[in-house]
Amino acid sequence: MTHAIQVRGLTKRYGDVEAVAGLDLDIKRGEVFAILGPNGAGKSTTVEILEGYRKRDAGEVSVLGVDPGRPTREWRSRVGIVAQTMEDAPELSVRETVRHFAAYYPDPKDPDEVIAQVGLTESANKRIRQLSGGQRRRVDVALGVIGRPELLFLDEPTTGFDPEARRNFWELIEGLAHDGTTIVLTTHYLEEAETLADRVAVIARGRIVAEGDPATLGGRATAKARVNWSEGSVETDTPTKTVLELTRRYDGEVPELTVTRPTLEDIYLRLIEPS
Amino acid sequence: MTDITTAAPRTAAAPPMPSALKVGLARAAIETKMFFREKDAVVFTFSFPIILLVLFGSIFSGSLKGTGLTVSQLYTAGLIGAGVMGAGFQNLGIGIATERQDGTLKRLAGTPMPRSAYFIGKILNVLVIAFLEVVILLAIGVLMYDLELPREASKWVTFGWVFVLGVSAAALLGVAASSLPRSAKSAAAVISMPFVVLQFISGVYIPFTEMPTWLINVASVFPLKWMCQGFRSVFLGDAGATLELTKSYELDRVALVLGAWLVGGLVLCLTTFRWKSRRDG
Repeated sequence: MTHAIQVRGLTKRYGDVEAVAGLDLDIKRGEVFAILGPNGAGKSTTVEILEGYRKRDAGEVSVLGVDPGRPTREWRSRVGIVAQTMEDAPELSVRETVRHFAAYYPDPKDPDEVIAQVGLTESANKRIRQLSGGQRRRVDVALGVIGRPELLFLDEPTTGFDPEARRNFWELIEGLAHDGTTIVLTTHYLEEAETLADRVAVIARGRIVAEGDPATLGGRATAKARVNWSEGSVETDTPTKTVLELTRRYDGEVPELTVTRPTLEDIYLRLIEPS
Repeated sequence: MTDITTAAPRTAAAPPMPSALKVGLARAAIETKMFFREKDAVVFTFSFPIILLVLFGSIFSGSLKGTGLTVSQLYTAGLIGAGVMGAGFQNLGIGIATERQDGTLKRLAGTPMPRSAYFIGKILNVLVIAFLEVVILLAIGVLMYDLELPREASKWVTFGWVFVLGVSAAALLGVAASSLPRSAKSAAAVISMPFVVLQFISGVYIPFTEMPTWLINVASVFPLKWMCQGFRSVFLGDAGATLELTKSYELDRVALVLGAWLVGGLVLCLTTFRWKSRRDG
């Protein structure tokens, strides 16, 4: 079986609002897949349906070969979830918490190894209350992977992180992906998706509006490049030629020269514009 | 339902799932650890009946006519009932409402933890708390107010079943009531207010002989009156039976009403328990 997740025609309504409107999605085993989308686009609803938290109204969904609308304990033991904003168990230590959660699973990893993997060995005996936001998130990840999941959901894992903590956290996720765990990541940080994901999908208005490699998403690789310098700006298909011409014109260094392609963010903002 | 959901077992010899009982005991251990580290909750749960017992015992130092019993002995029995009910109802009602909001329940629902293990853990946790509460109240009663612990084994058997039935019924009601508060912030008020009223009408503070019939009828619907009655039969002995409305402790009815609340509370929990907060839909 090559697919970790397959979704066809997923639909979910809240009253009159169609939060998810016939969504299709394929996520392969072993890949890191990022789901992007503005708040209210149906991103969280979709992920919560995949996680077995929420019932769907229509469509076919398979997660690790099982319908998440009817979650079993066996299936839950194969899926790890790192959800948003948890503030539970502040008075337990990191080690106590991870050890306790290991007791839920048939074949858990060694708690101390997991604590080392998420970089919390030195804080293992600290109460969770005493940890920084970034460290707490690492505990969440430890609890998500303690059961040796085949598939891990990460819901906005680095919200509120400072840049250094975010980069450190990315290394942790890259390590997990390297072990072959399928990872489904939702995030508002385009840079995060670009760094971590093999493929990304953009959800808007309850549907996938673009899907692919972050480097080529939405025609990004073939889009015109922009050449900027102190006295002008040009959009062109042949930026190298433009720079050569400018070099001749200035006879050497071009003042304040930059050549840019549209960033993932530019493409993303264009994709989620109301049509 | 679809052709794409064909289950594929991971390995031929997958290790078995841990049993609900084993996980439930692990939950009980971690719940108890968490409870005693949460100093505010410990003080909140234990102090109320203890302070009231010391207070009432000091204010009302008289004895009850024709029984050889003191008012403080009466209060000790009543406050054991209130303390046990508080450990179950109030503690869980507020605690679970908080866990629903802070993400505890959502996180647990995403793991293979058997749902029943959560409730096993809660009930065992409450039994430990309630037991400690009773020990403390009895110690105060014996040391300060000449309460005599019963010597007959049969009294302790009565104590045992009233305690277990009462704690369990109160715990299940607390679990059910935890769905009522809209947020963790409002939980203390929403849960504590009715509980305080219930204590006043259930004969914990004011003897039934001083209350209008309709209020007694209301109180008779709820478990606290019967728990207190059961505990009075243990700690006040036959002399105290004359203080009861029916001149008897009616232990058969105590068992019946508490048993009914146990079953009713269980049904209520199974049908109304939510693993998500209202915010999560």
